[in-house]
Amino acid sequence: MKILVLVKQVPDTATKIRVNAGDTVIQTDGVKWVINPYDEFAIEECLRLRERFGGEVVVLTLGPKRVEEAIRQALAMGADRAIHLDSDRELDSQAAARVLARACQDEGFDLIMTGKQAVDDDQAQVGPLVAVELGLPQVTVVLTLEVDPEARRIRAERELEGASEWVSLPMPAVITAQRGLNEPRYPTLPNIMKAKKKEVKVIAVESLGVPLDPWVRVEAFSLPPERPAGKILTGDPVEVAQELARLLHEEAKVI
Amino acid sequence: MAQGILVVVNQEEGRVRRVAYELLSLAQSLASGQVTALTFGPDAENTRESLGRYGADRVVFLSGPAYQAYSSDGFAQAVAAVVSTIDPQALFFPATAWGRDLAPRVAGLIGAGLASDCTEVHVRDDGRLGAVRPMYAGKVYARVAIDSPRQIFSLRPNIQTVVETGRSAEVVAVDPGLDASTFQAVVTEVKQSQGGQVELTEADIIVSGGRGIKAPENFKVLEELADALGAALGSSRPVADEGWVPHSYHIGQTGKVVSPTVYFAVGISGAIQHLAGISGSKYIVAINSDPDAPIFKAANYGIVGDLFQVVPALAQAIREVKKDA
Ligand SMILES: Cc1cc2nc3c(=O)[nH]c(=O)nc-3n(C[C@H](O)[C@H](O)[C@H](O)COP(=O)(O)OP(=O)(O)OC[C@H]3O[C@@H](n4cnc5c(N)ncnc54)[C@H](O)[C@@H]3O)c2cc1C
Ligand SMILES: Nc1ncnc2c1ncn2[C@@H]1O[C@H](COP(=O)(O)O)[C@@H](O)[C@H]1O
Repeated sequence: MKILVLVKQVPDTATKIRVNAGDTVIQTDGVKWVINPYDEFAIEECLRLRERFGGEVVVLTLGPKRVEEAIRQALAMGADRAIHLDSDRELDSQAAARVLARACQDEGFDLIMTGKQAVDDDQAQVGPLVAVELGLPQVTVVLTLEVDPEARRIRAERELEGASEWVSLPMPAVITAQRGLNEPRYPTLPNIMKAKKKEVKVIAVESLGVPLDPWVRVEAFSLPPERPAGKILTGDPVEVAQELARLLHEEAKVI
Repeated sequence: MAQGILVVVNQEEGRVRRVAYELLSLAQSLASGQVTALTFGPDAENTRESLGRYGADRVVFLSGPAYQAYSSDGFAQAVAAVVSTIDPQALFFPATAWGRDLAPRVAGLIGAGLASDCTEVHVRDDGRLGAVRPMYAGKVYARVAIDSPRQIFSLRPNIQTVVETGRSAEVVAVDPGLDASTFQAVVTEVKQSQGGQVELTEADIIVSGGRGIKAPENFKVLEELADALGAALGSSRPVADEGWVPHSYHIGQTGKVVSPTVYFAVGISGAIQHLAGISGSKYIVAINSDPDAPIFKAANYGIVGDLFQVVPALAQAIREVKKDA
């Protein structure tokens, strides 16, 4: 099976996000960059499929030079080779999807995996948009994946509110990974060494001839309003519990 | 010229989720044309009265044999067909599992920009719609413009008050002329998870437990409080990772992002990834034995104390308050 995994590099989830009021850029100095957490589930699932059915796992990443580190890490987890779409521009979901789809359309992948969403923009769009670009079906937010390469069919369980549903679809397809799908592996030292020798093809985004102007544009960032200093109670558990219940009832009026 | 708003929602057995009414109320307050609701499935017609009551001027029901089971590619084609008939200026979807699967598919198909999971949509000075959406799980809010001729928004549940305008929605017949045998990804089975508790993203009150709970059986203490409050249960990530509670309880940057009226954080330290997922709460109440726990900086109300003593007393106190009220 020939499998593609889309990997985005994002600020570590421990990052405190800083913006200047009214600005359209996030301050990135001092930010630690990591693989998007959901993309780790996607990578792991691809590796497991290759271990079971053979074939190769290709990593596709769009971003500036710094994303090489994410690519090396995905290769160290076990992916076979990578494509780096190099660009310093911030693209919106649709431009990104067009670029990503263009870069992989001629390879003939049996399966394309992405994370359910990137934890920076939180759009949860790129997977379905790539699917549309390539004319493929999709299943999003997948908890369980069953692939039958002979029959070229997939069954996937996806998360709903307080429920889940099973979806049946043909291959090739786009699958977006949710936490719970698997437990991603850590790169081993020998694999980290091996990853250094694996092929990373760099393609300049501008050379693809895809329109890049955004449709969805951030006009300004703002930080969530600070909460006023809270009322913190200490003392006898029963007394403070009664006082809290009173405050919630009389002051906040929420119970 | 394109005008009005198309509100695309799902229904089950003739009932829609509350978020559908929120979308209609919002659409009605913003639209410079008609608000049209679109829904699918065998019982779609049964939603006519309620969709009209909350703001639909018109309704489109796709209840034919092609729409018995959800298909992301099939339903997206159907929405595209309705869009070319109705010609709306904007489309609204709920930012639920259903809407977040379908909306980007539609966006790709009809070539329109989509802003996901918005917490606000407003009319801009230029007369077009703009939105506010959280990014980095709510660590920052972005005001966004959509420059494509048609605009698509998915809206987070629980952010909009519901207004009854008591319209009697007119039925518009649209036949996309699709055949289910051409649909590729098709739902074959829906499994309800046990418990049947209120979905966290829609819950009004949440009682959430962290590692301070110490053992899975101790979650009972929280159930008692949740019971007294009529609240849904949630957790920090480690508690879900340990398997003390189902994965669906996990709240935070890599779990659910919630926006209840009151969020009770019990035995939760308040790590940045957890705080990101709860910043949309109106009130945060912290119960923690460590007075220096970061959760207290985010809390409107807090109790410094041992949760095993405080929580049962609080459950009792709340029952008494409610009894007197
Ligand atoms: C990539 C990544 C993503 C992450 N995403 C998330 C996420 O989405 N959501 C999330 O929650 N975490 C997430 N985390 C983990 C996060 O960093 C914290 O480790 C986690 O939130 C801590 O959980 P906790 O508060 O339950 O446990 P702890 O930090 O161990 O806190 C336990 C608290 O309980 C208190 N306590 C102990 N005993 C008692 C008692 N008897 N009475 C009262 N209080 C008591 C302690 O004082 C302490 O404050 C993520 C981490 C990473 C690296
Ligand atoms: N720049 C990118 N490069 C590679 N993959 C991406 C990129 N942006 C998004 N993706 C993929 O699409 C998923 C959803 O991203 P998003 O739509 O931005 O929330 C991510 O989890 C990635 O798998």
